[in-house]
Amino acid sequence: MSAASALSKSASKTVPAPSTPAAGASTLTPGQHGIKEHSDGRFGYVPVQTRSDRFKSVNVADFEAVTGREAVWKHSPVAKFTDLTADVLDGSRYLIESTSSADISVEWVPRTDARIGTAGLPEERAAANAWGVFDDALAITVSGEEAKEITVTRSALGNTARGAHTIIEAKPFSQATVILANTGDARISENIEIILGESANLTVVSLQEWDDSAVHLANHFASIGRDARLKHVVVSLGGSIVRVNPSVRLAGPGSDTLLLGLYFADAGQHLEQQVYVFHDAPKSRSRVNYKGALQGQDARTVWIGDVLIGNKAAGTDSYEQNRNLVLSEGTRADSIPNLEIETGDIVGAGHASATGRFDDEQLFYLQSRGITEEEARRLVVRGFLTEVVQQIGSPELEARLQLAIEAELIGTDDK
Amino acid sequence: MSVLEIKDLHVSVETDQGTKQILRGVNLTINEGEIHAIMGPNGSGKSTLAYTIAGHPKYHVESGSIMLDGAEVLKMTVDARARAGLFLAMQYPVEIPGVTVTNFLRTAKTAIEGEAPPIRTWIKDVRQSMNNLRMDKTFAERNVNEGFSGGEKKRNEILQLELLKPKFAVLDETDSGLDVDALKIVSEGVNRAKANTGLGLLLITHYTRILRYIHPDFVHVFVNGRIAEQGGPELADRLEDEGYDRFLVPSNVG
Repeated sequence: MSAASALSKSASKTVPAPSTPAAGASTLTPGQHGIKEHSDGRFGYVPVQTRSDRFKSVNVADFEAVTGREAVWKHSPVAKFTDLTADVLDGSRYLIESTSSADISVEWVPRTDARIGTAGLPEERAAANAWGVFDDALAITVSGEEAKEITVTRSALGNTARGAHTIIEAKPFSQATVILANTGDARISENIEIILGESANLTVVSLQEWDDSAVHLANHFASIGRDARLKHVVVSLGGSIVRVNPSVRLAGPGSDTLLLGLYFADAGQHLEQQVYVFHDAPKSRSRVNYKGALQGQDARTVWIGDVLIGNKAAGTDSYEQNRNLVLSEGTRADSIPNLEIETGDIVGAGHASATGRFDDEQLFYLQSRGITEEEARRLVVRGFLTEVVQQIGSPELEARLQLAIEAELIGTDDK
Repeated sequence: MSVLEIKDLHVSVETDQGTKQILRGVNLTINEGEIHAIMGPNGSGKSTLAYTIAGHPKYHVESGSIMLDGAEVLKMTVDARARAGLFLAMQYPVEIPGVTVTNFLRTAKTAIEGEAPPIRTWIKDVRQSMNNLRMDKTFAERNVNEGFSGGEKKRNEILQLELLKPKFAVLDETDSGLDVDALKIVSEGVNRAKANTGLGLLLITHYTRILRYIHPDFVHVFVNGRIAEQGGPELADRLEDEGYDRFLVPSNVG
């Protein structure tokens, strides 16, 4: 009833990084991965091994047309969003609604803003396509040491293919929870840069409650300074295709991250997350916990978890896990943890993945205690997903998510 | 007074080798307050009887009836049977990840009573029952049966028996895998439940061991899918001495 997915573990060898500057750069090296034709079957070609060596560029033309065979795309229904990977996107400002909070500013800043490009750079075509077109970036800047919360909502993006860019910066010693709420229709590829100064304590929640038709491709790039802590939460419930890929670089000594994910795919939905944690500093710590439920014909989820413990990252502690709960026939959950370690001096590094079925015996047991089938499902799913919900740390949002999860259960019952 | 009445029950199950007949005409009447022990060798169909009463979808009822106070149990869903007052303590209770014992008990009680139990008395009742069964307080916050030892699972079943207060309970090999201390604790729990609610019990067991602590009014010997012999408690003593050999001619089903 439960199946562990593919595991891979590689003590990394010393692949000479082809003169890639530290945070990656837009300069090109001839023959680099991603520029030339696909390498399958090419004798003597050494593929990129280390996760941090992936080709990066802000120029969409540096990436070949997406075929769906690429490592980053092979689990995604790429034919359904060729506009986002191939066409020129609308990069204009869009409507946002924001709550307000002292010490948090929300504003549009020009492309020339110094922060742009400091947390990470695109590693695939849709991200580069978005990077090239945005007129202004939405900047959410947090200062002040008191705890506070802000919600920025997008609900009127419409079905124009868009590219967007967001910066979330937490100044040194600042503290806040930033909730990015997404509803309505959308066809969007976007990059979100999350920058944490020294000792900042930031929670970012990306909440996907899109309409059934929405397509959302997002890359989050986070850079975490010394002793700073990022809690990053991806909640994907609504949308046709939702792909949110958080990429976190633990850049300063003692930096810490908790990456949480919660997803519920129902019939026909594709929910994907490619999580990457790069331990690039000593004494850094990471925890990744993604949990998902699947129900209905062709409900599909993908989780890829890459953890790279770099050679500078002595004394680090990391653990990643993904759990999926399959509630009906006809679903598919991919779960692929990868761990790459370049130093032997670590406190811990582990990963786990399991996909389990809510099976007939569990249902029988609960029913034999008087609980109806519907209530039994609700009980099990709520129990399964609550672990993640409870760690978000925003009581109001937690309560709302519990209701949203129950609505998912009931909503799919109707289909 | 409540009555559970099983009449000419025939049950089959689908296997890789085709349909297999397991129960071949079971007749049994249990009145409220009575303890019936069903004893029999492995494969005689004892557990099938238990699961058929509870309504497990694997078992196909070909003919016969199970009446609870005049209502046909076989027409009820699994959960409706529980709400009508039936309870099955399972031999191998499954794990329910993500659902705590506390949450599970409250949900079950609410389902059976039709309304949530008053919070203060409920917490007290749960605590008291757990105490009686020597269950550590931490059980309440653990996930149902997850990582429980065999003995802990059985105690958890009896905890539910005590709290859900059914009219009739079927205990399927509740004694199996228990050491003597755990067996005593579990038996006390069953006796306490009976003293408190006057429920009727159907005790399914391979061994006579549990009958030292839970005293049956009637003993039925189950062989080859039906009751081969019945009597009072003295029949259990005789089985203790002689075993099932004299019933095993010419064959059993499994």
